[in-house]
Amino acid sequence: MDSPTVALHESTHSEHPSYQRHHFVTMAQQRESASFGMWLFLLTEIMFFGGMFTAYLIYRNWYYPAFVAGSHTLSIVLGTTNTAVLITSSFTMAMGVWCAETRRRGGLILSIILTLILGLAFLGIKSVEYHEKWVQHHVPGLRFDAMSFVHPKAEPGQPAEPGLPLDMAQHTEVYFSLYFAMTGMHALHMIIGMGLLIFMLIKAIRGAYDNGNITFIENFGLYWHFVDIVWIFLFPLLYLISRHQ
Amino acid sequence: MSSIVSLPDQTTARIPKRNYLTNENGILSWLLTGDHKRIAILYLISITFFFFIGGALAALIRLELLTPQSDLMAADTYNKVFSMHGIIMIFLFLVPSVPATLGNFLIPIMVGAKDLAFPKINLLSWYLYLIGGGMTLWAMISGGVDTGWTFTVPLSTHYLNTNVVTTGLAIFVAGFSSIFTGLNFIVTIHRMRAPGMTWFKLPLFVWSNYAASILMVLGTPVLAITLVLVVLERTIGIGVFDPTKGGDPILFQHLFWFYSHPAVYIMILPGMGVISEVISTFSRKRVFGYSAVAFSSVAIAVFGFFVWEHHMFIMGVSNYSTLIFSLLTMLVAVPSAIKIFNWAFTLYKGSITFETPMLYAFGFMGLFTIGGLTGVFLGSSGTDIHLTETYFIVAHFHFVMVGGMLMAFLSGIHFWWPKMTGRMYPEKLSQLAAVVTFIGFNFTFFPQFLLGMLGMPRRYAAYPPEFQVLNVFSTAGATILGVGYLLPMIYLVWSLKYGQIAGNNPWQATGLEWQIQSPPLTENFIEIPVVTQDAYDYEWLERQKEREVTQVG
Amino acid sequence: MDHISPVIWQFLVKWLTNFAVIPPEASKVAPQVDALLLFMTLVSLVGLTLVILLVVTFSVLYRRERSPVATQIEGSTLLEATWTIIPLGLFLVMFVWGSVLYFRIYTPPPNAMQIYVVGKQWMWKAEHPGGQHEINSLHVPVNKPVQLTLISQDVFHSFSLPAFRVKREAIPGRYTTVWFEATREGTYHLFCSQYCGTAHSAMIGQVVVMSQDDYKKWLESSTSGVSLAQNGERLFASLSCTACHNGTPQARGPNLAGVYGSTLTLTNGQKVTVDDEYLRQAILNPSAHITQGYAPIMPTYQGQISEEGLFSLVEYIKNLNSNYRILQTTTTTELAPAATAAAVGTKGMVKP
Repeated sequence: MDSPTVALHESTHSEHPSYQRHHFVTMAQQRESASFGMWLFLLTEIMFFGGMFTAYLIYRNWYYPAFVAGSHTLSIVLGTTNTAVLITSSFTMAMGVWCAETRRRGGLILSIILTLILGLAFLGIKSVEYHEKWVQHHVPGLRFDAMSFVHPKAEPGQPAEPGLPLDMAQHTEVYFSLYFAMTGMHALHMIIGMGLLIFMLIKAIRGAYDNGNITFIENFGLYWHFVDIVWIFLFPLLYLISRHQ
Repeated sequence: MSSIVSLPDQTTARIPKRNYLTNENGILSWLLTGDHKRIAILYLISITFFFFIGGALAALIRLELLTPQSDLMAADTYNKVFSMHGIIMIFLFLVPSVPATLGNFLIPIMVGAKDLAFPKINLLSWYLYLIGGGMTLWAMISGGVDTGWTFTVPLSTHYLNTNVVTTGLAIFVAGFSSIFTGLNFIVTIHRMRAPGMTWFKLPLFVWSNYAASILMVLGTPVLAITLVLVVLERTIGIGVFDPTKGGDPILFQHLFWFYSHPAVYIMILPGMGVISEVISTFSRKRVFGYSAVAFSSVAIAVFGFFVWEHHMFIMGVSNYSTLIFSLLTMLVAVPSAIKIFNWAFTLYKGSITFETPMLYAFGFMGLFTIGGLTGVFLGSSGTDIHLTETYFIVAHFHFVMVGGMLMAFLSGIHFWWPKMTGRMYPEKLSQLAAVVTFIGFNFTFFPQFLLGMLGMPRRYAAYPPEFQVLNVFSTAGATILGVGYLLPMIYLVWSLKYGQIAGNNPWQATGLEWQIQSPPLTENFIEIPVVTQDAYDYEWLERQKEREVTQVG
Repeated sequence: MDHISPVIWQFLVKWLTNFAVIPPEASKVAPQVDALLLFMTLVSLVGLTLVILLVVTFSVLYRRERSPVATQIEGSTLLEATWTIIPLGLFLVMFVWGSVLYFRIYTPPPNAMQIYVVGKQWMWKAEHPGGQHEINSLHVPVNKPVQLTLISQDVFHSFSLPAFRVKREAIPGRYTTVWFEATREGTYHLFCSQYCGTAHSAMIGQVVVMSQDDYKKWLESSTSGVSLAQNGERLFASLSCTACHNGTPQARGPNLAGVYGSTLTLTNGQKVTVDDEYLRQAILNPSAHITQGYAPIMPTYQGQISEEGLFSLVEYIKNLNSNYRILQTTTTTELAPAATAAAVGTKGMVKP
């Protein structure tokens, strides 16, 4: 009993590329679905980070001096370097997508390797910063002491900054909680991204993208740029805002 | 009573040899499947498993509350039991119930596609669900958790020594399963509709699942990050919610309810979709005011995001914010009222029969009306003060979720059972089950409204003796309810082998899913259909049948 | 009735004789809340009846036997508008009515007598200004507005008085308030209604509403001898608050006499009204609460004062009208134990 609704639809099987999944009618539908899905996923990511940004905005409003003092302890040099590293990695990733589109296997492999190296560099610098926090007793919960904000040490060549009152100094723990939560979640996204990069690298070396089936690379590019953009928000909020107050 | 059921001649009818169940064999062909229908079946089996665990815990709760003292179990055990009951039922049963089973099975077919947009992600979502479920079970077996399903800080972070971290991570993982399901649905509905299938030709089941998917995709990540912060606070002691470090526990409440209020719409909206399909089919009529019902789903999804603070009216939030959130809560009640009346008027001038899915749908309408109206008691801030945190809340929630959602789920399972398995369930027995469930349900939960009015707080292992009589009623009702839930479990399994052969369209329904064989082929459609008819176009169906007859004749 | 088990029979008799759908109305606001509850119940019953009536009538009229062919109807904008607007109107009435009650329940009248309540796992501790301490019980006079200021020293709790139709969460780290005016003498339930851990269901007590005379007697017989304000005064001195907050022109801290209820300008230009919550915050997190013109030198007392101690200090500052005794203390460096004008409230009886 054949369904009466099933009208005969033009069969175009012969024209389908081999990588078109059976349940998509056209290749365009497959590509659009994938990129639409990726954008939706990035929307969930925005909501995911959004929870922490909300917390940040509220506490910054409440404990403004603590947030200022907290951001003073972060190294602007390292932060800026990391921003540059990450933006460059976004560039190399974009280059990778372009190479894939124009079917340049060598260029693609090189771009992926560069992106990987830059990603590693970012995480390396980040871990240097984390280590510094550990040494300075600025890790909330595990190793935290607010006294360095009550009696700040004078940096060489500069007069000591005035300390915070103890109660406000204690609230720097909230700042560092958010700092570690936000940068930690960001770093986790980087690590996941780098895992995918390695996966892509292997496939690229085997020539899996030479046939023009590069939906995965395109969508990964979106993800990598998103992670980059999150950092573009984190960097000013955590390092820069109200630095010289 | 007459019936619309039209089955093929049982002596000659056979289940089609080639279908999605027989296409491939072996356990691996199931565990590695990309077929949305097989994943739906996997989900169905797993959520039924968790439903019965949650149900057994509910039975323990009701038994404990038979007497005023905490004599069956210690207060501590009771706390663990109700926490697990809530966590399992909400995160592992209600949230995935209709979307992950019926939605997974039907949405691609209803929009005229061969599968969901991302079959592998769909399978991944089931594995994430299993991992989340397994971790929850592990947390339960290895000592339990007694936070309640709400994980209130600082209780959950600093004052308990149970498996909060395991459970929190379990829900985090299960949350991603829900995100992926929602994401898959949205992309499928946007990008995979068959030629001619415009938005306003979609069945209302698709609309309501679409609305629920939006909530899943945008709400769940907020719960995820909240749980991450809770876990970090508990393990390494960061200070985002901890009042002793300058954090604010109220912020946790905001973030938690920002997900958990929309979550109740994630749970109920797909159920509403089922009711639209069932009522239309069994009254042989287009749903009254199709676009109003479709848009009310979307309205619920949108407003649903802006009412979360009504869970916090007594927590010392500003009086003026209460004003706003109370108003918005009243607004979100309106679309539900619209739906109820539209369903009622779908019956008007119909040609109604009373098969099991319809009986469950009637049950849904009655119980959901009560649940919805008592929600207004709680949305109005002045009465909320008296009623919140009492058994009134418990009763309200169960009327909406069990009386509403579970009725809708069972209605949908019976309705699409012939499509999923190719066989009919036993009609008389299932009608009996529907009636037993309805009676048992009212017996169980109506007394709880009275308990709540009288002020009995929820989550009490022991209670003042004057509340005993109503509690005994409730427990007595729960035993009836238990029978009502066991019956379908038994006869549905029985019907897998002995049920009558259903044929393609036993209900003479109009949906695309009824125009293909039962059980469907793995690829659903041999050729993608071109849709010209509206949803619920019974005249079109008649014409089709006539044409068939003339062609054959 | 011998075929009914005696246990069930007893239950039924007990239930029918004591049947109640609402707890006793023992406060001024209770009948008002009940009026709205009754209104909502009636509306719900009408709504439910309407839905059932529609479903049953249509099911009977249009069952397949009577109506073999359905008439297709697209919808009706008029009808749909009707059942959009009427429920909306009713819900809005409930919203306005409910909000009026909400504001009434959570806005204490200025003349209310004050009782402080600390919630902890798993008990309620009530502190009366006269120095009466209670655990899991609360004695209040009839026909007199009573304001409760609540705080929790650990997790969320909720102070629930069903007979009064009021409830308020006790939250760690901030004060919440609620008030009621009992209208009927008797003993009523006090529950903790926010789940708070193992012995949540044991965190119950009773509210005893007494005639004003009995209440006076109770106050006198159960005072600890040191009023809350006196206790606050001792703390004030022993924590060396007097060193700065003594009202002299050269004092390093602002004058606290009469500060309660006044409006202060803080260093960041913000204007605040001094209330219980402000005082608490100013003691624990002083640097964000510095009055304009003063240096941020006050140390924090976080972790040094119990919640009861904070209540004592708040009560003390609230009733501080002059700095006379502070100056005496600072000049003689001697703590004066006896009650004087500074410690308003009930006179404490010194027990041996």
